[in-house]
Amino acid sequence: MEKHVMQYQTVHFNLNGRAVERTVDVRASLTDMLRNDFRITSVKKGCEVGECGACNVLIDGEAFNSCIYLAVWAEGKRIRTLEGLLGPNGELSDIQQAFVDEAAIQCGFCTPGFILTAVEILESGREYTDAELRKLLSGHLCRCTGYENILRAVKKTMYRRLGKTVD
Amino acid sequence: MYDMKALYQAQSVSDAVALRQTHPEAHIIAGGSDVLVQMREGKRAGVELISIYGLDELRGVSLEEDGTIRIGSLTSFSHITRDPIIQQYINVLGEAVDQVGGPQIRNIGTIGGNTCNGVTSADSASTLHAYDAIVELTGPDGVRRQPISEFYIRAGKVDIREGELQTAILIPKESYADTFGHYIKYAMRNAMDIATLGTSVNVRLSADKKTVERVRVAFGVAGPVPLRAKTAEALAAGKPVSMELTEAFSQAVKEDINPRDSWRAAKDFRLHIAVESARRAFIESVKLAGGEL
Amino acid sequence: MSKSVGKSVTRVDAYEKAAGRAKYMDDLCDRSALVAKICHSTIAHGYVKSIDVTAAEAVPGVVRVLTCFDVPQIPFPTAGHPWSTDPHHQDVADRLLLNRHIRYYGDEVAVVIAEDEVSAAQGIRALRVEYEELPFVLDVQKAMEDGAPQLHGKYPHNILAHTDIRRGDYEAARKEPGLIKVEGWYDTPTVQHCHIENHGCFAYEEAGRVVVVTSTQIPHIIRRVVGQALGIPWGKVRIVKPYIGGGFGNKQDALYEPLCAWCSTQVGGRLVKLECSREETFVSNRVRHAIRTHIISYVRPDGTLVARKFEAFSNQGAYASHGHGIVAKGMGAFPQLYPCDNLECDSWTVFTNRPSAGAMRGYGIPQAMFAGESHIDDICKAIGMTPLAFRRKNLMPVGYVDGFSKNELYTDTFNQCMEKGMAAIDYCRKFEEYQNQTGPVRKGIGLAVFWYNTAVWPISLESSSCRMVLNQDGSLQFQTGETEIGQGCDTAYSQMVADAVGVPLSDVHVVSTQDTDVTPFGTGAYASRQTYIGGFSIMQTAVALRERILNIAHEQTRMPVGNLDLVDGQIVHKSDGRVLKSLGDLATESLYSLEHSQHITAETTAQIKSNAYSFGCSFAEVEVDIPMCKVKLLNIINVHDCGTLINPALAEAQVHGGMSMAIGYGLSEELKFDEKTGKPLNNNLLDYKLSTFMDHPALQAAFVENPEPTSPYGTKALGEPPACSPAPAIRNAILQATGVAIDCCPITPHVLYRQFKEAGLIKD
Repeated sequence: MEKHVMQYQTVHFNLNGRAVERTVDVRASLTDMLRNDFRITSVKKGCEVGECGACNVLIDGEAFNSCIYLAVWAEGKRIRTLEGLLGPNGELSDIQQAFVDEAAIQCGFCTPGFILTAVEILESGREYTDAELRKLLSGHLCRCTGYENILRAVKKTMYRRLGKTVD
Repeated sequence: MYDMKALYQAQSVSDAVALRQTHPEAHIIAGGSDVLVQMREGKRAGVELISIYGLDELRGVSLEEDGTIRIGSLTSFSHITRDPIIQQYINVLGEAVDQVGGPQIRNIGTIGGNTCNGVTSADSASTLHAYDAIVELTGPDGVRRQPISEFYIRAGKVDIREGELQTAILIPKESYADTFGHYIKYAMRNAMDIATLGTSVNVRLSADKKTVERVRVAFGVAGPVPLRAKTAEALAAGKPVSMELTEAFSQAVKEDINPRDSWRAAKDFRLHIAVESARRAFIESVKLAGGEL
Repeated sequence: MSKSVGKSVTRVDAYEKAAGRAKYMDDLCDRSALVAKICHSTIAHGYVKSIDVTAAEAVPGVVRVLTCFDVPQIPFPTAGHPWSTDPHHQDVADRLLLNRHIRYYGDEVAVVIAEDEVSAAQGIRALRVEYEELPFVLDVQKAMEDGAPQLHGKYPHNILAHTDIRRGDYEAARKEPGLIKVEGWYDTPTVQHCHIENHGCFAYEEAGRVVVVTSTQIPHIIRRVVGQALGIPWGKVRIVKPYIGGGFGNKQDALYEPLCAWCSTQVGGRLVKLECSREETFVSNRVRHAIRTHIISYVRPDGTLVARKFEAFSNQGAYASHGHGIVAKGMGAFPQLYPCDNLECDSWTVFTNRPSAGAMRGYGIPQAMFAGESHIDDICKAIGMTPLAFRRKNLMPVGYVDGFSKNELYTDTFNQCMEKGMAAIDYCRKFEEYQNQTGPVRKGIGLAVFWYNTAVWPISLESSSCRMVLNQDGSLQFQTGETEIGQGCDTAYSQMVADAVGVPLSDVHVVSTQDTDVTPFGTGAYASRQTYIGGFSIMQTAVALRERILNIAHEQTRMPVGNLDLVDGQIVHKSDGRVLKSLGDLATESLYSLEHSQHITAETTAQIKSNAYSFGCSFAEVEVDIPMCKVKLLNIINVHDCGTLINPALAEAQVHGGMSMAIGYGLSEELKFDEKTGKPLNNNLLDYKLSTFMDHPALQAAFVENPEPTSPYGTKALGEPPACSPAPAIRNAILQATGVAIDCCPITPHVLYRQFKEAGLIKD
């Protein structure tokens, strides 16, 4: 077996609005770094191959599965996790609150990933049809909810942000 | 944590070429959605990687002076779909890559990675074949351009030579001008899936919309590499637009395709779907072009 | 008194989960943990001749390599059933921690413990395992043939168990002149639970005991199994269950807790973590039993069922796990759902070289309903009766009592549920409209009902314990042995506690984590039992706590106990409702009293010797694209009578999830195996087609609330029932659309292509 030459690299990036740096093993995934070095518990491991969406984070505003993203690629990036959505006193953001209100949370394991994709959707400022929302959210698997209440939560928050009446 | 022997991060295309020469055994990693998955499976465990992910110069779509559409190899699927040049001239490509995996995969996955891994099911591949795309490779001796049909050598193997990396996909104006196309991804579910069969058709109609001037049809998963059904294309060229032509065209695709039996789908099933998909994609393309059926 | 039960209160764990702070197994594991990885067999059947560990031990970072030659030779059972003190009713003990005798592709042969996951994976790849291969068998009926490969010595023809039901005289009855014979075979697939959190656990030794923190549904049962597997007293084992990312029955089994615990003991009690990959979860945890069912019905032209035969062959896979209980439950439904005087029912559970089948949401009922409800529509087609009329005529009548369980159908549930569903989906109009269609794209609408019973009495023990501890401020904590795994029982229980004790919901704190050192005994999340069973112990404990509180109130106020009540956290006069003092003041005074200090707590165990039917139905509307061999689900609704709803919003959400799982069961999900090697082909979330966000229409859930008389809260099963009837409803909708009676699920394009060709709908 060929021996791995230990390689470390210092990565500088913005995590939830704060400039951070860490020296990481170049073999680490972004999931590894966020969970192990920053103890970010909202980033979950469900498949580790980019199929379930539980490890989703926002990088420069776009959703990525952090399990198949090398930690060193975070250099210079702006990374947001669910923790970054909370207010200074622990207040839930509107989309988090909508997940609570619509009973869109059951076991909770897919929840953080879904909410971050919802943030990307909502920040586009656009209005989407149900079919479009389903497609935009389709990179996440959930086994508890049948997706139904997740759709309701995202849709209601979208309408609220657009200043439209919620049905 | 990935089991890699070493990671080299390229700072520029020339740096990447130099790293390729210094570390000939190293694998190139672009977005990583294939390479990292294979490392985890153990297939590529313990390899050296050259990361080109940081090369922003390889991102973006532009129109060259002669009308050629240039797609940087690291352009992500989602950026291709949203690009105004793609939407204006070759929207079918944007629609095709909008069916890769799910949104997060479309944010990390690149068109370069999609073509360089040489798999027949790649959602971009059939459309790129149907448009006679040109692959641009940059190596120690400069730039080399190669038709996409020659770029694919066999399943999982493409023509990237020592020291080279793919830097762009080019669509010549002659190929896309005045064409309208439609892609049908046949899969077992509507998201997060790989194609059981990919069918990309594009047509160019006469000015009066009554005659098929040119039609191209290419398939993914109808053979070991993506392929064109040239018998069907020849059959339809110059013929009046009609349902009879549609039927003849779609039946003729069977002349050139050769899907295999696998646990994912049987050969006879894939043949059946190929004919039906060709028919539907042809009809849709003709309608987009302003023809009537 | 403000009532909490019946309201859609917010989940008690919603904030933690929405904020990403809820801690699951891996969130709690210290980063110093050693990592254990398992070496799985690459043959489906045979023996390990030798394992060369030299290279693996030489990998830097590898701490210990353990093989099947090292493990204690103590066979243990894994099923998440209550233990039985009667040896004849104990689960089959056919497992070792690691196996020399390989019985499926993926069996556990060795484990590598290393400082990190990469070293562990390298260690696994460096192992050299030499096998002696034996022929293998994947098909359930082939496994029963003479000369088939034998998996376990004690079970000739691989038959783990066979049971039957006989009623009347089938052979004589079927000879009645003028009967129409309808016969069908119905195959259901091997599927997996696919909770998003894979199973995993970590273990360490502390004070001479082994502690396992695990993603499980059944902590108290796991404690017993770990003790059995390691051959140590059960009291030497402590199990902790934190938040769980879904279970659906897979975690109603001892998975890798015994192995992980043993690994820790082999490295001096150091912290060892064993996390399943998704690929392992698919193959080396548990799956749903694939069941092949053969049904023959003899029917009069007017739709009267005269004689029926039922045969079911349940594919157990490699190890016994939950075993025959699954198909037996399905067979048990058959005579009850459509009573018939002349019956011959047989079911067999058979070992094959597939992954072990265990519990999965529905426990044999989704399989039985796919077969049974598909068959009903095949009868309807044969005799020219509508599916609705046939069901109205033949379904279990009001007043029906099952002799074994003593369950009774108290109300006209089936008709009430069907009426509600039909109105919501506009069934009658669509049924008419979709009759006799032609053309390549057709629509259809289908119906299926389901039978389910709550909990496991009288087959097994039903008991649950609850502890309530009053705080100085009058708020209280409560604990039960029953587990929150995502379904919402912590919230439902909190509502029950608030009402039963007489305090506001905001003063009720559930201890969500089960820790077998401190949590009272309960068997856990399965059999859709918890809301029903937990209700008994909560009510009983609340009564005990109230009694203590009111006695203390009597001491403190000198009012007669009989004239005191606790309402909304206030001690009041029963007679005029006057508030005497708050529960908080009472509790503070009680605890700190220099005369008579008391910590107010209560703990009781309730044994439950009743059971309850939980019924309902599904309606599905489909569009079938015949040339493309595709089914599009246009509309679907489930209607349930699960008694009184404790929390309507959570109940609805629970139904959505079950429907989603059932849609996958009906249309896309199947774990496949290579016929040549027995190797699983699609054990990942890309190739295994569980429904995505784009594979559903809007899901509708509706309820009929007939309070269940045996439950203190009027409630009964809801966890599993939603997964039972959607698949046959979809199948029956396809039958209406195309006239093609599909004989299996999932109804994939491959299946449709085969059956459409046979029916002449597709000509190549």
